[in-house]
Amino acid sequence: MNLAATGMAAVVAIGLVTALLAAVVPARSAVVGVGTAVTGAAAVVAGAAALAGGSFSVVLPEVLPLSGVALTLDPLGGLFVAVTGGVAVAAGIYAMSYVDSLDLRTRGVQVALPLFVVAMALVPAAANVSTLLVCWELMALASLVLVVAEHRRGPRVASAGRWYAVMTHLGFVSVLIGLMVFVAHAPDDSFAALREAGGRLSPAVAGVVFVATLAGFTSKAGIVPLHAWLPRAHPEAPSHVSALMSAAMVNLGVYGVVRVGVDLLGGGTAWWWLLVLALGAVSAVYGILQAAMSSDLKRLLGQSTTENMGLVLVGIGAAGLFASSGEHTLAALALTAALLHVVGHAAFKTLLFLAAGSVLHATGSRDLDALGGLRPVMPVTTAAFGLGALAASALPPGTAFVSEWLLLQALIHGLPAGGVAAAIAMPVAVAAVALTAGLAVATFVKAFGVGFLAKPRSGAAADAHESPFTMLAGMGVAAVVCVVLALWPAGVLPAVQAAAGGAAVSGDVTLRLSQATGALSPLLLTLGLLAAVVVVAGVVRAAVARRARREARLWDCGGGPMSARMEYTATSFAEPLQRVFDDVVQPELDVDVSHHQESRYLVQAVEYRRKVPDRIERRLYEPVLNAITAWGGAGRRLASGSVHRYLGYGFYVVCGALILLAVTR
Amino acid sequence: MSALGVVGGVVQPVLIVAGSPLLVGLMRQVRARLEGRAGAGVAQPWRDLRKLLRKERITPRGTSEVFRFAPLVLVATTLVVAVVVPFVATESAVDPVADLFAVVALLALGAVALALAGLDTGTAFGGMGASREMTILALVEPTLLVAIFALSVRVGSTNLGAIVSSTLHDPARVISPVSLLAAVALIVVIVAETGRIPVDNPSTHLELTMVHEAMVLEYAGPDLALVELASAMRLSVFLGLLANLFAPWGIATEATPLAVLIGVLALVVKVGVLGGLLAAGEVFVAKLRLFRVPELLAGSSLLALLAVAASFFLA
Amino acid sequence: MLSLWRKIRRTGRVAEPPPPLPEGERPERAALLGGSVQIRHVDAGSCNGCEIEIGSAFGPVHDGERYGARLVASPRHADALLVTGVVTRNMAEPLRRTFDAVPAPKLVVAVGDCARNCGVFAGAYGVAGAVRDVVPVDVEIHGCPPRPEAIVEGLRKLTGR
Repeated sequence: MNLAATGMAAVVAIGLVTALLAAVVPARSAVVGVGTAVTGAAAVVAGAAALAGGSFSVVLPEVLPLSGVALTLDPLGGLFVAVTGGVAVAAGIYAMSYVDSLDLRTRGVQVALPLFVVAMALVPAAANVSTLLVCWELMALASLVLVVAEHRRGPRVASAGRWYAVMTHLGFVSVLIGLMVFVAHAPDDSFAALREAGGRLSPAVAGVVFVATLAGFTSKAGIVPLHAWLPRAHPEAPSHVSALMSAAMVNLGVYGVVRVGVDLLGGGTAWWWLLVLALGAVSAVYGILQAAMSSDLKRLLGQSTTENMGLVLVGIGAAGLFASSGEHTLAALALTAALLHVVGHAAFKTLLFLAAGSVLHATGSRDLDALGGLRPVMPVTTAAFGLGALAASALPPGTAFVSEWLLLQALIHGLPAGGVAAAIAMPVAVAAVALTAGLAVATFVKAFGVGFLAKPRSGAAADAHESPFTMLAGMGVAAVVCVVLALWPAGVLPAVQAAAGGAAVSGDVTLRLSQATGALSPLLLTLGLLAAVVVVAGVVRAAVARRARREARLWDCGGGPMSARMEYTATSFAEPLQRVFDDVVQPELDVDVSHHQESRYLVQAVEYRRKVPDRIERRLYEPVLNAITAWGGAGRRLASGSVHRYLGYGFYVVCGALILLAVTR
Repeated sequence: MSALGVVGGVVQPVLIVAGSPLLVGLMRQVRARLEGRAGAGVAQPWRDLRKLLRKERITPRGTSEVFRFAPLVLVATTLVVAVVVPFVATESAVDPVADLFAVVALLALGAVALALAGLDTGTAFGGMGASREMTILALVEPTLLVAIFALSVRVGSTNLGAIVSSTLHDPARVISPVSLLAAVALIVVIVAETGRIPVDNPSTHLELTMVHEAMVLEYAGPDLALVELASAMRLSVFLGLLANLFAPWGIATEATPLAVLIGVLALVVKVGVLGGLLAAGEVFVAKLRLFRVPELLAGSSLLALLAVAASFFLA
Repeated sequence: MLSLWRKIRRTGRVAEPPPPLPEGERPERAALLGGSVQIRHVDAGSCNGCEIEIGSAFGPVHDGERYGARLVASPRHADALLVTGVVTRNMAEPLRRTFDAVPAPKLVVAVGDCARNCGVFAGAYGVAGAVRDVVPVDVEIHGCPPRPEAIVEGLRKLTGR
């Protein structure tokens, strides 16, 4: 048994033992926290071992009926197992005290957490369709239990749970249909057999398989238009679960697309990948646009997950497109960029969600319009969120900057390579990525600047306090990973390239593209920036007259002191963007003016409400839901309660069947 | 790291720091003359900076480190750009940082630092400036990157040294439709990023029309000096980039004193002429309403997309 | 646009040749500013006559900017306050706060007879006093309203140019 196999065995064993202990031990939260963290650590070890080349494969025919459980860990799966494990470590440490503070100690919720991690670690290790589907479903159910953990808090949690349950199962059905069609053309349901059959499928069948699985997997990744559950479920879940879902679970949707599209189906044709590219670009822009309008901190982070998964899909789509035109180095570059973004996103989204959880824990609010002024009272959380925001906004020295740079390099070098389709797709993709990057900057400046700086906008924010040590430690783990990824991406690049199946970037301090000119050194850039700050500070210190710094009141135009009500809020910060993208987001504005009783010329109160609804949801989901409701209403009329009618229905159906038989025979 | 790169890395920041206040002075002078005024002289911005450095430092109550460090970060990002971008010499001191995307992102980082400082004050104007600045930044980004895309396609690289050298060796490219379209798009971007008319009015006193000024209303003394110096430096860095991407002639290709001197003079002349043209252009247009700016930027990003299409279909 | 260009060509330079540097002592702290004076204008209760004259002092003909003076938007950016009008009761405290917001070294210029000694409003019920009763004044400029030349002369005492 090699290290990867031992690691996976440890993941399953420790996870199950933790779940068992959670069911019986009274001091559950500490046990579950530690157990989840250790499970995660084991997954990191297993994934790293697989990335280093130590793959394994095991078949346990007795565990499941039909084809049994088959597990294997290749570099691609290993990367996702390792990412999941890393997120679980941070979330596990964080959960130890976070759970104590909220009413999350019920047995079912505590049992579900380690099970969720185990299921997520097993999905990328599945080596046949039935194992994949069982683990997928286990993951969905465990996360569903966790999403509705705080159902006592209000109807929104229950509604989020319903949305999530329905959407995740529709996705599951879609994946199931796709894979069943696939398996029907292969000798058995092992991935090895599918891989062999994948090349021989007729284009029509392969297309059906790809589109069906793509729909299912992208719904898990929160890609437009199947994203509706994500901004509901992620914010309503407890924050460490949000981190697990947003940083680890959504990745598995990406994993599914790569596994089925690139690996099992063997690449397919250009239009598949143009579709993926288009979905990715639309999701990226739409997700960040919604996030830019959002004033709910956790919802904003959830919508940013849609954005980041969109960027990842842009990379994957570009990789598939290049591969289908024979540009394998470029394809490897694009896939490397996409997978590096998966890793980076996992790190900074964990950090951001855990920091948002810390704010929620301290203030009881995640409404940006009621936050602010947290820096003096929560310095560590503020620093953590600031670091995460920098990492998320694709600015140097941030984590996402490196992967977006690689992605842009792939897109730019792809223009001459991919023919006319690429000539149209690449510039549009670059524009989409650029718009996404710009809006992400605005979004995270809003989240950090409004949420943490300036004056507190509510009593709860003013009375906030720093979180307990284990929560800070959980954030610390994620923060360290973010910094390492930002400064020394070469540390994980070999692993990512092993997963991408091709080396397109080399170098240690400086990343260099192979077969294309282009180099970037995040470390030198950061050092240069630090050196420049030191030089400027030194020069200013030397040049400035020796006068003491004076503290003065804010410039309030000489009027009375400024109150927190005069500050810009998240809503007002986003107002110009909302006006610019008026046609896309179609906000709903409500102005109620109530007049004085004596005269209509005297205004008593003006009430202004703004809501930015999800337009895709409104246009796509509401008609479907209304139709289903209408059918249900129509169906109810059939069930009148009269036994005679029911007997009549039976009679008609039998007659109809007989006639049909007679006609077709 | 070549000798030429080191020379460039030392000469360029000194030149940019020393020269950019003079550029601002020159632009104010051009504007003054066109308005029939005499003007305060080209060296006036330096007098302003010298005086600001001698003044008292003020920390407004309730602000955090973000407010205090933002001017430093703003200057530092621009300084790094001044070191690495091939302004005077074709080779860069730190080549792996002289990437167009990295440079653009560094300049954006400076803007973000200032926007956070504006929000950190907790004043209505600070927040308003930050909100507008970020809106414009978000809308400028697509044009900027697509224009970069158009310029880098023909070279096959986004490395600035490579783009400049390639234009130097093949001057015919400059008058190609790709270059012209990308140049127009970039000019609009530069006007927006440096806060000039018609996007923002750097000399406005009316808070409600401010973008950049609104964020810095709380800065005083040396902090204000840094902010003013940084915005002057950003202006010259952007104009220098524009000049060298489309007309790199005169830039030093070898590390001899004469070549470097010619490089310095060529940069001064090019940036000076561009600055003068920009200032003269400002006299003829009025500031746009904030919500008309997106139309301008959308137009320029269309031009950038056309440039990319041209680079593929006319190649 | 072309017609604007023609107009610019036809008009040429309208700024008058600079008069000789004004006599009389300069405030001591003005020397520290080294030829650059940023000015924040405060209307403490003026009839707006002085404002019109200030406007033309910075217009093309007198061009106050050529001597290194510039109007700015925030007292934090300013070196000098240009106060016009009598200080009304409502503006006394804001004027003090504005003075407090200016980083040292700072100067105050009282523009017009109202600012100097309350002018025709002396003794009125809403008047808190002249500018020097509220904040220390360094330079006073006569006139009701003062001529733009006088304002420019007063500013040149600060800039020294």
